Amino acid sequence: MKQSAVENKLEWELQQHSACCCRNDNNNATATADAAAATVASAAATIAEPGQQLVDSANANSSEVIAAAVTTATATATNTNTTSNSNTSNSASASNSASSSSSASSNSNNCTATVAAATPPPSSKTVSIRDATAPSGSGTSTTKSSGLLSVGSNHHHHHHHSSPSQSQSQSQSQPQSQSQSAQSQPPAAPSVPQQPPHHQRGSKNEDAPNILVYKKMEAIIEKMQAESGGVAVRTVKAFMSKVPSVFTGADLVAWILKNFDVEDVTEALHFAHLLSSHGYIFPIDDHALTVKNDGTFYRFQTPYFWPSNCWEPENTDYAVYLCKRTMQNKTRLELADYEAENLAKLQKMFSRKWEFIFMQAESQSKVAKKRDKLERKVLDSQERAFWDVHRPMPGCVNTTEIDIKKAYRRGGSSHGTGSAGASVAKNPVEQLTRIIALRKQKLERRTIKVSKAAEALVAYYDQYNEFDYFLTSPELPNPWQTDSTEMWDTEKNSKDVPVRRVKRWAFSLRELLNDPIGRDQFTKFLEKEYSGENLKFWESVQEMKALPQSEIKEAIQKIWQEFLAPDAPCPVNVDSKSVELAREAVNSPNGPNRWCFDVAASHVYHLMKSDSYSRYLRSEMYKDYVNCSRKKVKSIPNLFGVKR
Amino acid sequence: MSECAASASNVNANEKMASLLKEAENLKAKLEEERQKLNDVSLSTIAERLEQIAFVNIKPRKVLKGHQAKVLCTDWSPDKRHIISSSQDGRLIIWDAFTTNKEHAVTMPTTWIMACAYAPSGNYVACGGLDNKVTVYPITSDEEMAAKKRTVGTHTSYMSCCIYPNSDQQILTGSGDSTCALWDVESGQLLQSFHGHSGDVMAIDLAPNETGNTFVSGSCDRMAFIWDMRSGHVVQSFEGHQSDVNSVKFHPCGDAIATGSDDSSCRLFDMRADREVAVFAKESIIFGVNSVDFSVSGRLLFAGYNDYTVNLWDTLKSERVCLLYGHENKVSCVQVSPDGTALSTGSWDYTIRVWA
Repeated sequence: MKQSAVENKLEWELQQHSACCCRNDNNNATATADAAAATVASAAATIAEPGQQLVDSANANSSEVIAAAVTTATATATNTNTTSNSNTSNSASASNSASSSSSASSNSNNCTATVAAATPPPSSKTVSIRDATAPSGSGTSTTKSSGLLSVGSNHHHHHHHSSPSQSQSQSQSQPQSQSQSAQSQPPAAPSVPQQPPHHQRGSKNEDAPNILVYKKMEAIIEKMQAESGGVAVRTVKAFMSKVPSVFTGADLVAWILKNFDVEDVTEALHFAHLLSSHGYIFPIDDHALTVKNDGTFYRFQTPYFWPSNCWEPENTDYAVYLCKRTMQNKTRLELADYEAENLAKLQKMFSRKWEFIFMQAESQSKVAKKRDKLERKVLDSQERAFWDVHRPMPGCVNTTEIDIKKAYRRGGSSHGTGSAGASVAKNPVEQLTRIIALRKQKLERRTIKVSKAAEALVAYYDQYNEFDYFLTSPELPNPWQTDSTEMWDTEKNSKDVPVRRVKRWAFSLRELLNDPIGRDQFTKFLEKEYSGENLKFWESVQEMKALPQSEIKEAIQKIWQEFLAPDAPCPVNVDSKSVELAREAVNSPNGPNRWCFDVAASHVYHLMKSDSYSRYLRSEMYKDYVNCSRKKVKSIPNLFGVKR
Repeated sequence: MSECAASASNVNANEKMASLLKEAENLKAKLEEERQKLNDVSLSTIAERLEQIAFVNIKPRKVLKGHQAKVLCTDWSPDKRHIISSSQDGRLIIWDAFTTNKEHAVTMPTTWIMACAYAPSGNYVACGGLDNKVTVYPITSDEEMAAKKRTVGTHTSYMSCCIYPNSDQQILTGSGDSTCALWDVESGQLLQSFHGHSGDVMAIDLAPNETGNTFVSGSCDRMAFIWDMRSGHVVQSFEGHQSDVNSVKFHPCGDAIATGSDDSSCRLFDMRADREVAVFAKESIIFGVNSVDFSVSGRLLFAGYNDYTVNLWDTLKSERVCLLYGHENKVSCVQVSPDGTALSTGSWDYTIRVWA
């Protein structure tokens, strides 16, 4: 089963765990598996249509299969999704490699693949053969006979068919461990025209956030690689050897500065770093995918390895790759410490089929040796960079991880799939009807001119500018900047209300009521004016709305009795229409809800706003308060010498 | 026979779709025409009279380390110095951000706690995520917190966001099931549900007006909706984004909203003009926006991106003011503290940072 990239971190442990389980469960099966492996080596390669796999094998074998089917239920589900996709990609890849391949054997493999894809596989016998082919992949029969080119062609059809082979092999012998080997063909060196892996989620995910970013990056990379106006790629002569197809970090940063609206070198460098950590460019001999603004050499990744191809390489792929590296006695290919550790872990994890992995690595290594020296240098580095993206060095970010929310939504997470949102999306008529309704609603709406709205936003800024700590230095030092809590301490002390705060009360009634001291002052003012009931009513309604559901009914009755009922002791001045609405709501058969006084409350609020509030702002009471706080502010010494 | 009927109904359905599509397009054109009439002067033109923001004094001040996986959500306490954070590691941590001490840590039975929120009293926190639930914890001792937790509401998909709307007694949630819901904390009763989005709801924010009856939601259907909590209806809708809307925030004046999207832009929509009034984007910004928040005056918009940076936008002039570097992975959440003195940022690099 292809693990979602999201789970990459967990994947390792999980697989380790499951591998252990498998070993225990299937000790007896080992012999069978090895036997199967032997068959593999000589068997003819055929690939079958994914959706049919499980059914087929179920017919062939019986109880064993069913057990396996259960364990691989998830894998099968994905396979079914793939079916339609791989049909097309299959034929594409087949024809592609047919034209490019000089090897008869790989040719026929691909043709078979196409045919098989089109017609359901016939018998159980085929199944077992296919099954055998799958895990060994190009590592054994095909590669051995067909040489260099078959690596490529095999490689891609392997990827198309990794899922089917998986469910099959599982049904045959060892459910878990085989599933890991299903994709065991690592991304081979891209010497031949190859098809990207056409991951089953590819087509589904064209608008996925990570794909959006990849596409944008690829457009930039394309610009960088342009004949004219791109980054100059050259072959550098070093002592005794040549370094092919490289450019320097300084060149790259200069190019970004020239061609993009980045502000400075820092931003350009950051941008370059991102291109690198996502695997589009890489330092030629460093596992850390980052860019330095100096003479360090970098190389472009081949499109085949781009992350947009939705690689989600398996640990077995990784094992083959690491294993292969150990076979090449070149210092530049020596394993880093963390890679050696990973290899040891993988060897433990896949101990039983290490032979497979070793054979594959060996054959890939043989193929590689036949290549031109410079070409090999490039290919090796590109493959290394691929793994640096998908199995990053400790301390480096794995950029292939995606937000679980997005993965979940697009059905790619192992945690589950499908949201109700998806089901709504499935009904386009309903969706369209909704959009139409919204647009109609918008058309009916009365709006103001953009200039008016803009003026209001600018006016708001003008008013609040001095309270914006990011734009204006506060009168008391910002606690976060000075490690002094003076500002907060002063705030808690209700005796010293800074003038700035009092000033805010004049901005709006909301500001005044939001400040407990302001609200207190306003209450006192209203009491003096004998109109305290308005604020009391409004406050009661707000408090009621915040109550738990169980207390709502009682609170509503209380408010009704106190402020609105005909014989209310504390009547509020509300128009009869609002009272009527409130009466209906209070006596509604469904029971009153917490919003039943909203109309009345907002009526009262506007009354306060237009009447009492403006009088309060003009009152001596407010002016005195402002003057009073002004004096107090002056008396606070500037202890910290912070500029105000 | 039945085949005939089926194909006939198919044709009907196709015709219906076509006519609906046409109607939707016509309405869009008409709407654009109408709005264009009122699009007299742009916001940035009006803002020309303002001076450029030359310098923003903002530096990293605190780094909160303790999570063992991606930080997915943070919320400031009403006391202005505590922060609650939730993470992929399944832990909820309450920090005294000022001293950087961890005061409480609670382990949830789920990983990927996508949302957390402080109650207005500061005595409770709500959180949830992949468990599809919103759970409330009282803030007491660690043992008691775990013992006294209560599940308030359940969605049919992950819970992506939650807030307390002006009361400890209610929680408003948004979910991957494309709905929002208002819950009664005490009884767990669903007070109101909000259907309308056709994609996962990613973010919600409460309107800063005196009644607190409206909120905004952003969704993967690329829309932002303004809802009336009383009726459960959409009262205003905004489209324009080219991809998922990951974040929505009310302008402090309450008459505009800012959005952040996977299309790597932030936008400002004015509710009075009922349209987009600014787009914050640059050619060199290619990663999605996860989270946005305003400074007190509404002039600055802080936006956390998948490219590990926080961009500061001048909302009035539609210019970028500066970039904040420091996080080493995607920035998942940004939030200005309640008194506007600091900015908190949470990241996939396992840390939370406070900037001021």
